[in-house]
Amino acid sequence: MTDVPMVEITGLHKAFGDVHVLRGVDLEVTRGSVCVVLGPSGSGKSTLLRCVNELEEITAGRIHVDGELMGYREVTSRGRTRLHRLHPKVVARQRSGIGMVFQRFNLFPHMTALRNVMEAPVQVRRRSKATARARAVELLERVGLTDRADHYPSQLSGGQQQRVAIARALAMDPELMLFDEPTSALDPELVGEVLAVMRDLAASGMTMIVVTHEIGFAREVADTVVFMDEGRIVEQGSPEQVLGNPSQERTREFLAHVL
Amino acid sequence: MAVTTEGAKVPDDRVPERIHAVPVPRPGRWVAAVVLLVLAAMAVNGLVTNEKFRWDVVWLYLRDVQIVRGVGWTLLLTFSSMAIAIVLAVTLAIMRRSDNPVMRSASWFYIWFFRGTPIYTQLVFWGLIGVLYPRLSVGVPFGPEFFVFTTSDVITAMWAAILGLALNEAAYLAEIVRAGLGSVDPGQAEAAKALGMADAAILRRIVLPQAMRVIVPPTGNETISMLKTTSLVLAVPFTLDLTFASGAIANRTFLPIPLLLVAAIWYLLITSILMVGQHYVERYYGRGFGETSRPARPGPRGPRGRDGRPSRQAAIAASGTTKDADPFLEVTP
Repeated sequence: MTDVPMVEITGLHKAFGDVHVLRGVDLEVTRGSVCVVLGPSGSGKSTLLRCVNELEEITAGRIHVDGELMGYREVTSRGRTRLHRLHPKVVARQRSGIGMVFQRFNLFPHMTALRNVMEAPVQVRRRSKATARARAVELLERVGLTDRADHYPSQLSGGQQQRVAIARALAMDPELMLFDEPTSALDPELVGEVLAVMRDLAASGMTMIVVTHEIGFAREVADTVVFMDEGRIVEQGSPEQVLGNPSQERTREFLAHVL
Repeated sequence: MAVTTEGAKVPDDRVPERIHAVPVPRPGRWVAAVVLLVLAAMAVNGLVTNEKFRWDVVWLYLRDVQIVRGVGWTLLLTFSSMAIAIVLAVTLAIMRRSDNPVMRSASWFYIWFFRGTPIYTQLVFWGLIGVLYPRLSVGVPFGPEFFVFTTSDVITAMWAAILGLALNEAAYLAEIVRAGLGSVDPGQAEAAKALGMADAAILRRIVLPQAMRVIVPPTGNETISMLKTTSLVLAVPFTLDLTFASGAIANRTFLPIPLLLVAAIWYLLITSILMVGQHYVERYYGRGFGETSRPARPGPRGPRGRDGRPSRQAAIAASGTTKDADPFLEVTP
């Protein structure tokens, strides 16, 4: 079982109408590792992430998370294999094991920080309010926001909101966390606190796919760095390899711009 | 040394040489205010001193049993039809967003039909339903019937009035609800989806509560409008509401003007109470949407900053010197 990669993406294509955003992506993320995805805007990084938890319907290819095919069921009859779309309930169940953190936080503005964290465990996992609350308090403590539990998102700074969003995702006990440019909407002075929480999370053994422009974070925390351009993976490897000694001209060019 | 430590302990909030400037003279404002006040005094004087208004009669009938009963019926019609209309409107708005084209078209057709025909005509038809369809039955469509009713037994004048008002109102409210649902950042539903929430839960827990901020003010408007639309139920005919009751007394006593005033005063009074209610509902659904939507009082209940003083945001909003910020700005910058 431990041989099964946490995420296995093969031949992934995604087209929005005529716009071909992902053009054949193959990627493996092993259990407990951190994969940082770099690339210029429009290279398909975010779309890749959104495909993994089925926020986007994929056009071709297969995505397995923890050995389970996402979104579809393969049915073979009379020697012919067809994909059957999964019922929304099953898709929701698959998603619930994957945490996602958005660039614009997307906290629920009409709920306090604590309620934001409690919401999904109560609604999806049918936990009792008391259990969910205790766990939420614990998670807010973990992201250093114990004293902000009763604040509404509008009363929190961007960095605090993003940390609540991370706690909210963790409340579902995910096996995989997806970060979609989690620090891009933050003031520079607030980036550090969010990265610190993510660093902690990585150290605790969480499997993470992180789309970011924070090269320093990639160098320090990533096990694998993936560089994408124009819907393809141009280069992947260890941070030393990809960031320190890129083999592709396109990667070098990009790094020269961001470093 | 002593000075610096003391200074560090007590943050010095005093502003040195605070500006107390002489305001810009605005003579135009004074003139306008005086003109309006004089006009208002003239209007009040004209109302009070005019014998033809017969304020003694107004005061007498304001408390008349028939009138007060009429108020009761009007309130019953207003609230029951609004309640039915709201449920129906939410259903229609959700159907409008459905993936199923039949659902979408049905909702569109309903709104098109009920908005596009006069409410008076609709009420007349509801009044005639017992004539048009003398019997109603429950059974298999085009097949056997299990229960049969006489229409006029089930749909009395009161129900005809309520249904007529509700079905018409639902068409208008459905558009309001649709606008409300559309106003919620799609990132909200996406975040809920990513947490594994089911579509129904996302709508009920995440999208609708936020849409309410947009839905409530025009719905309050519609409720007030409905209050007065109930005066059309004589088309059914339903003859117990406030307008009909006061009209009946007016015809009997040959005093039309004082009795119109009686009805108007009652409508105005109920509207005022509804407005107070609306204020509280708006405040409830505005929670969490920054201090801009709530009259920020940096008092004991306002949000507080790190050091226990009112938060900066609250203080800035309370000063009233900034424009109303985009309510979404703080949430999703």
